[in-house]
Amino acid sequence: MTADTGSAGYALDVRCLTAHQCRELLTSGDVSASELTRAYLDRIAAVDGSVQSYLLVDEAGAMAAAEAVDAKPRSERLPWEGVPIGLKDIFCVKGMETTCASRILKGYVPPYDATIIAKLRAAGLVFLGKLNMDEFAMGSSTENSAFKITRNPWDLERVPGGSSGGSAACVAAGEAPWALGTDTGGSIRQPASLCGVVGLKPTYGVVSRYGLVAFASSLDQIGPVTRNVGDAAALLDIIAGRDPRDSTSIGLPEPVGQPDRGDLEGLRFGVIKEFVGDACEPGVRDVFDSSVDAIGALGGVCEEVSLPSVERGIAAYYLIAPSEASSNLARFDGVRYGHRTSHSEDLYEMYTRTRSEGFGPEVKRRIMIGTYALSAGYYDAYYAQAQRTRTLIIQDFERAFGRFDFLISPTSPTVAFKIGERTADPLAMYLSDLCTIPVNLAALPGISIPAGFSAGLPVGLQIIGPHFSERGLLGAAHAVERKLEVDLVPPLAEAAR
Amino acid sequence: MSAGRVATDAAPVWEAVIGLEIHVQLNTRTKMFCGCEVTFGEPPNTHVCPVCLGHPGVLPVTNEKAIEYATRIGLALGCRIAERTIFHRKNYFYPDLPKAYQISQYDLPLGIGGHLDVELDDGSDLRVGITRVHLEEDAGKLVHAGGASGRIDGADYSLVDFNRGGTPLVEIVSEPDIATPDQARAFLTQLRSLVQQLGVSDVNMEEGSMRCDANVSVRRPGEPLGTKTELKNMNSFRFLHRALEVEIERQIDALESGERIIQETVHFDPATGLVSSLRSKEEAHDYRYFPEPDLTPVELDEAYVERVRAGLPELPAGRRERLIGQYGLPSKDAALLAANKPLGDYFEAVAAATGDARLSANWVMGDVSAHLNAAGLEVTQCAVSAGSLAELLGLVRDGTLSGKMAKEVFETMIATGKNARGIVADKGLGQMSDAGELDAIVARIVEANPGPAEEFRQGRDRVLGFFVGQVMKETRGQANPQMVNDLLRRHLAAHGN
Repeated sequence: MTADTGSAGYALDVRCLTAHQCRELLTSGDVSASELTRAYLDRIAAVDGSVQSYLLVDEAGAMAAAEAVDAKPRSERLPWEGVPIGLKDIFCVKGMETTCASRILKGYVPPYDATIIAKLRAAGLVFLGKLNMDEFAMGSSTENSAFKITRNPWDLERVPGGSSGGSAACVAAGEAPWALGTDTGGSIRQPASLCGVVGLKPTYGVVSRYGLVAFASSLDQIGPVTRNVGDAAALLDIIAGRDPRDSTSIGLPEPVGQPDRGDLEGLRFGVIKEFVGDACEPGVRDVFDSSVDAIGALGGVCEEVSLPSVERGIAAYYLIAPSEASSNLARFDGVRYGHRTSHSEDLYEMYTRTRSEGFGPEVKRRIMIGTYALSAGYYDAYYAQAQRTRTLIIQDFERAFGRFDFLISPTSPTVAFKIGERTADPLAMYLSDLCTIPVNLAALPGISIPAGFSAGLPVGLQIIGPHFSERGLLGAAHAVERKLEVDLVPPLAEAAR
Repeated sequence: MSAGRVATDAAPVWEAVIGLEIHVQLNTRTKMFCGCEVTFGEPPNTHVCPVCLGHPGVLPVTNEKAIEYATRIGLALGCRIAERTIFHRKNYFYPDLPKAYQISQYDLPLGIGGHLDVELDDGSDLRVGITRVHLEEDAGKLVHAGGASGRIDGADYSLVDFNRGGTPLVEIVSEPDIATPDQARAFLTQLRSLVQQLGVSDVNMEEGSMRCDANVSVRRPGEPLGTKTELKNMNSFRFLHRALEVEIERQIDALESGERIIQETVHFDPATGLVSSLRSKEEAHDYRYFPEPDLTPVELDEAYVERVRAGLPELPAGRRERLIGQYGLPSKDAALLAANKPLGDYFEAVAAATGDARLSANWVMGDVSAHLNAAGLEVTQCAVSAGSLAELLGLVRDGTLSGKMAKEVFETMIATGKNARGIVADKGLGQMSDAGELDAIVARIVEANPGPAEEFRQGRDRVLGFFVGQVMKETRGQANPQMVNDLLRRHLAAHGN
């Protein structure tokens, strides 16, 4: 780590800083909150021209927030006060444009804070800005953003994954010490895997969804994207909790605290048969096999387990998620906020033109699939059938957790693919989330941690736990992380200034 | 008129089949799914928040008071209350519906399978089945400006007031057990009274806190059901009655001229007295119902239902039985008093104070009701309080006033607001029933007329009339006639001895 203070005449190097290291710098007084925030803004200015992870950089707001922290005596500050964070552009932040990377919300400034935003504010975090994503979180590459294509910091010709591609790329590129994303079918874990960072999808209900612009309400969950497992645990403790504004929220049974587990003695890991072998490309398989070895070396026991229903996960997901989305996205009608077509003769034309102009092709595809699946005469064959499949998947996981403490698989069957490679083939794109989707359908917590590289590109390991097992899950992930010691700094050139 | 072809004829050629759907706005303090106040007549869009405006990211939270109120209605209608009830989304686009879906209930409503026993004008009872009672949220209110009619046709533009949006609504759906417009009106009147007595709604049709739709079809007796049409949003009892008459007539005319009835929504225009079809575009609705994923199921266990049941006020059916048993009232009077809670309360107060239920009932059902009807007042606005009426009736019971005199006093009480004793004293009205005083007058008159007295003793009974006239003259008509008769006979006989 090269973290010299500006006062010593060196630029503060934030490329590999974790949030915990940021906190130490602030607590020790080596760096002021404004210096830290300024260093991240500089880093954004230096590399975001090539990475393109931010949709909005709130330089003025971030500096003002940091200066307010500096104005407080250190003894009165909260633990994370002054630490910067990046936010997926799917969270409503009062006074800050929130677009979901969609033209239909261009210019929309929320009149309220999402619950997690209020919690971050209360904890004193500094908001650097809003991060790119697939439009309305629909996609696995961030290529579906209406505004820009985010690039993978490990190879600028490749995608960062999605839909939280901006969050993963920005943390990997050192443009924020940590970030928040959302995960509906893998949207935190898959980009974390592709960008070589940590991504946690908590149990459904651990984090309030109030103020998260809904994609698929029964699957969406907010989670941390960080440089290590300890940061993920800390950020989870900040955002978790039962929220009276979200009837589906439950919170955590207890704070997860800081994971300190050094071994895996006495723990049993089930290797999900359906997600290994031919389901993965060979390079991913090799890295996964070495992860299994590492778990064994730590005293954990790995055994193969079959979850036959998970292979139907993608089919069920692509009925349930679009069905809910078709309803959730119906409110974008041009009446009250967001884009409205400039000319229309009557109400129906206003609706049609507004939505035709405002939504991108993938969003339209999913609205159409969902509308069809919920239609009279098709509901039982599609939506209801998908829900029955979901129940089978839940039962498969329940059975597996009768035998195992955790389940493991590669997070993504492949490493980051080339930009444009899968845009013409939605089904190939949907397969990116093969290993992650069933976890959402079963409402389970899952984490992706960097496990190694295949041809210079990061490969992630997914660890899945039973409902509300975050504390144990993060402990196990922490032990594996320490054993694997994966390099986290991509070779990224800074633009000349 | 030809509506007489329906049901009222001895052997009707056609019969109508009517089912009603009633929407009742609950008078909870706050809206169904957010904390905004429920109001009426406030400036537009002053009681709104991100939730009831359908902003991105917001979530509904169920109003527990609304659940309780709906349970009250369900129980009062004899419904089975579901142990587990869920909300569905009803999807359609309209500018008054901010989320483009209404949170409503579908296949698991709060209450099912009840009934209301309706007292008809002829004194007979009609049992109307209640299919279901469910909860939902109201839409906003559209104001069509610039046109002459206030309707959307011809308007220059439309404005939306979301104050009403999200107000809790209970929908009550009847079985098609209603055969005539009269029965429909009686059902609605008595349902309104019931809901009013539960204290859960203002049930004011003019203000829209109670609204009624009707499904109506006609058939020849014994034949299967005909095709129905739906009459929407009738906002007065008169309007409902008239619209049903007109629509039944229209359907009979159409069928008799060999036309077919099309299943559609029709609009009744009270100005022209005609029904017209709404555009088919608004008709082609597939609401794509699916379970609301943002809300958890509502569990109403037996203890809860019994707690709500224990809190119910006395309901019309029970009160009617009690009035018959406790006061010996005729069934029709008991039904009338039970259906009108304030009038029933008034009667019971008078009966308690006078101890004479029959006399009290005669007056309340007679003079008091006649006055209220003529003046268009509710009993709560009556110038003669229950206490005042009881005082008046006390004067009748002790013989101070004859029935005829009491009616005059009652009219004076209404006109002047004075109490009965005051009026009797002012006018010197009370019947002279003081035996001692009257005895002296009778003795004096008999003494003064020895000739006629002698004639009476010789058997000319007619002469008694002369003496009565003399006594009445002396007492200015206030002597109790029966006492005068008795005293005269005694004195005339005694005199002869």
